[in-house]
Amino acid sequence: MFEKMLLGNLTLQAIPYQNPIIAGAGIFMMLVACIIMGSLFYYKKWTWLWREWITSVDHKKIGVMYIILAAVMLLRGIADAVMMRIQQVMAVGDSTGYLPPEHYNQIFTAHGVIMIFFMAMPFMFGLINIVLPLQIGARDVAFPFLNSLSFWLAVVGAGLVNISLVIGDFAATGWLAYPPLSELAYSPGVGVDYYIWALQISGVGTLLSGINFVVTVFKMRCPGMTFMRMPIFTWTALCSMILVILAFPVLTVTLALLFLDRYFGMHFFTADMGGNAMMYINLIWIWGHPEVYILILPAFGIYSEVVATFSKKYLFGYATMVWATACITVLAFIVWLHHFFTMGAGANVNAFFGVATMIISVPTGVKVFNWLFTMYKGRIKFTTPMLWTMGFITTFVIGGMTGVLMAVPAIDYQVHNSLFLIAHFHNAIIGGVVFGYLAGFTYWFPKAFGFKLNETLGKYAFWCWIIGFYVAFMPLYVLGLMGMTRRLNHYSAGNGWHPYLVVAAIGAFIIVAGIVFQIAQLIVSIKNREQYKDHTGDPWDGRTLEWSIPSPAPFYNFAVTPIVNSRDAFWEAKQQNILQEKTYEDIHMPKNTSAGFIIAMLSGLVGFALIWHITWLIIVGLVSVMTAVIIRSFHLDIDYYLTVPEIEKLESQS
Amino acid sequence: MTHHDADSMDIFGFWIYILSDCILFSAIFASYAVLHTNTYGGTEIKSIVNLPYVLTETMVLLVSSFTYGLAILSLYKNHLCKVITWLAATFVCGFTFVAMEIYEFVHLYMEGNNWQGSAALSSFFTLVGTHSLHVSLGLVWMLILMLQLLFFGLTPVMKKRLTYLGLFWAFLDIIWIFVFTIVYLMGAI
Amino acid sequence: MAHNQVEHNSNLKTLPSYMVGFAVSIILTLMAFGLVEWRVLTDNYLYVGISLLAIIQLIVQSMCFLRLNFNPEGRWNLLPFLFTILIITILASGSLWIMYNLNYNMMN
Repeated sequence: MFEKMLLGNLTLQAIPYQNPIIAGAGIFMMLVACIIMGSLFYYKKWTWLWREWITSVDHKKIGVMYIILAAVMLLRGIADAVMMRIQQVMAVGDSTGYLPPEHYNQIFTAHGVIMIFFMAMPFMFGLINIVLPLQIGARDVAFPFLNSLSFWLAVVGAGLVNISLVIGDFAATGWLAYPPLSELAYSPGVGVDYYIWALQISGVGTLLSGINFVVTVFKMRCPGMTFMRMPIFTWTALCSMILVILAFPVLTVTLALLFLDRYFGMHFFTADMGGNAMMYINLIWIWGHPEVYILILPAFGIYSEVVATFSKKYLFGYATMVWATACITVLAFIVWLHHFFTMGAGANVNAFFGVATMIISVPTGVKVFNWLFTMYKGRIKFTTPMLWTMGFITTFVIGGMTGVLMAVPAIDYQVHNSLFLIAHFHNAIIGGVVFGYLAGFTYWFPKAFGFKLNETLGKYAFWCWIIGFYVAFMPLYVLGLMGMTRRLNHYSAGNGWHPYLVVAAIGAFIIVAGIVFQIAQLIVSIKNREQYKDHTGDPWDGRTLEWSIPSPAPFYNFAVTPIVNSRDAFWEAKQQNILQEKTYEDIHMPKNTSAGFIIAMLSGLVGFALIWHITWLIIVGLVSVMTAVIIRSFHLDIDYYLTVPEIEKLESQS
Repeated sequence: MTHHDADSMDIFGFWIYILSDCILFSAIFASYAVLHTNTYGGTEIKSIVNLPYVLTETMVLLVSSFTYGLAILSLYKNHLCKVITWLAATFVCGFTFVAMEIYEFVHLYMEGNNWQGSAALSSFFTLVGTHSLHVSLGLVWMLILMLQLLFFGLTPVMKKRLTYLGLFWAFLDIIWIFVFTIVYLMGAI
Repeated sequence: MAHNQVEHNSNLKTLPSYMVGFAVSIILTLMAFGLVEWRVLTDNYLYVGISLLAIIQLIVQSMCFLRLNFNPEGRWNLLPFLFTILIITILASGSLWIMYNLNYNMMN
């Protein structure tokens, strides 16, 4: 009885030591964690880690940490994908494969949740963090402490998902956890609760980041940088952050209502007592559709930057690019029903949203043509980022076309929830989002670390990814049209699906090879970093302000705030050989703080306590979080000034 | 960057947060709008609405908005004592509001009309309760600020924080307009 | 010493504006409650009436308590506010339309 009070619903049964796959994965995770911790002890790097990284409020460091989080979670997400592909190759006819249904269901749920929330979003925030302040000539983001807090909240969310592997289960409902399946009656375990709290906690961080970047762009641009002189990546990041601010509260509410149903016996989405599960689906997609635009817009921005730089031309149609981005931002809010055409809203509703969905492809088309026109008659350098971009253009266009196909409700009735849909969105997300972020990663890596990545391995990685993608997903289009639905862990023999699934599995392994090349690329590049060193700060002959400072960027970014009077300001300065006067002034910098890390960790504790219904810990945790916030508010000594002599010294050293 | 610009930037950031909170409330309102007739044969919203009571609550909240405004005006005149006094008055009104809400909820619960009864009741308690939760958090914040005013006096940082809370408090009064209109007034029709 | 930004906007925050806002809000609130309590209008007009009163009170409180305005500095705050209202309108009306249709087609 005392255990119940102390541990809530948590028991030893929660640890799945009997399931060999999970136990193996858990042991592997703990081994990696031990190696990392052990190395930190052995090399006596704890103080350095704490002081330089964990308590950092420097946007560049936070950005790097976000990308590390994304990379780690990519490995987990890809592992889930490979497991699913293998299962679908094996589980035909009499065989049931190696994954029982309950486990398979958790795997495809985790795959989706991890890839969207803990791979793509952190990757995006990482790139925006590193690059955006540099592109607008700013010294940091508007709210550096909140930036740190946002990152650690994302880590806590990812942590909860990982803990669910070894303590309890994860949700087995699909990545959007539709009720009534996700309600207590049909998901009585802790899985959905892990899902809810991982997303709610990291969601707070995301919303704070959205506010942070919008204010940064609105209020911290350097003198002379009007809105229409901002780099396109800044524009797309701004619009994406506006979408974050408008869409994430809806996710917060939707998950909160599901939480109220599960914990307090309310009836928002239950199958009885007046609940309406369709309202959940309506709400979750009001968030869900803007979410995919949140992910793709920064990728579009990256492509604009890369195409202009490596074609040595001004981006074609800057103004139309801006307007297209703005249109996509607004239109993103009037298409959400296309995710549930088949739910029975009727012809009028379906027609409106179907037409709106088709309209939203137009501004995207404008962008594609602008990128092509930028390349036309340019002097193209086929660097790795440029390859990713060109791969994106073909791949994403196909994905977009299948999307417009499904925008026709009559067609969607045939292919909804089939593998055709799965192929479409992976086409758009991998071809669009992932290729874009990988292009950005390669493009801006020198700015963050001071040396370039090995080009050859980068190109091998690209070819593996793009070939792997087509081999893995084109068969899925065919399978969808042949009638195979999504999330099947077993199917009967004789319907001709098996060969396609074998090809798809091979494609998955080719993608894994691509990732192996990327890991190799990192190792080789770090080993040979002296050889790949970026001495000038401008390794690509870039056009925008981030290339005007040394690599890696000094912690204060710009010794002298740049003054801008055109687009592609750095390019203009280079062409006209303009040198800015070096009159230094004291620089106002924020101090490092542990508050972000501590508040986030305490929130994680609250999340864990909520999941396992450990009442005393919920209360203690909530009080601790509030106390930490209040204590932080009593700290007035949160910033300092970098004096002119110090700046001169640092500048002469670099 | 000068301190003037930093303050206006911070306040702008808080304003953007308030707008995101508006979206949050709108999603809860939308859920209420969809579900408030799903009574599962049980209690209807009409029968749990007590208009005179809610009118009193509304007046109390309006007074608290006004007293907070007076606190802000004293802020500009740098009268620390008056600021704290008006904040205390606002706190009393806000506390009264929350106390009245809690009383209403307890009363409903005792009658057997709790949030588990139906989707309609769930959405009623959640919408009204979320607003009250925001007010309660605002009250805690108010106490902390009053404490910090005693510690630090009327520094620029404190003025900025009082501006934040002022925006928050005004926003809560605006949300309440829609709560009493959509839940109570329309519920009574 | 120069006034900081918080006080700069104070030129707009004055006692009269708070008092007007307070008084008008009370009047609008009493009108709305009165309309419903004494059934001054028939049902549909009642809905329209109290909705209008709520929107007017929103505008009054935004102008008097939140000090939203069309001045050059005020525009920074006003435009995001209007955009948010647009999005809220789309989401709320879209949801109501969709759910009404879903319920009609699927629950009858």
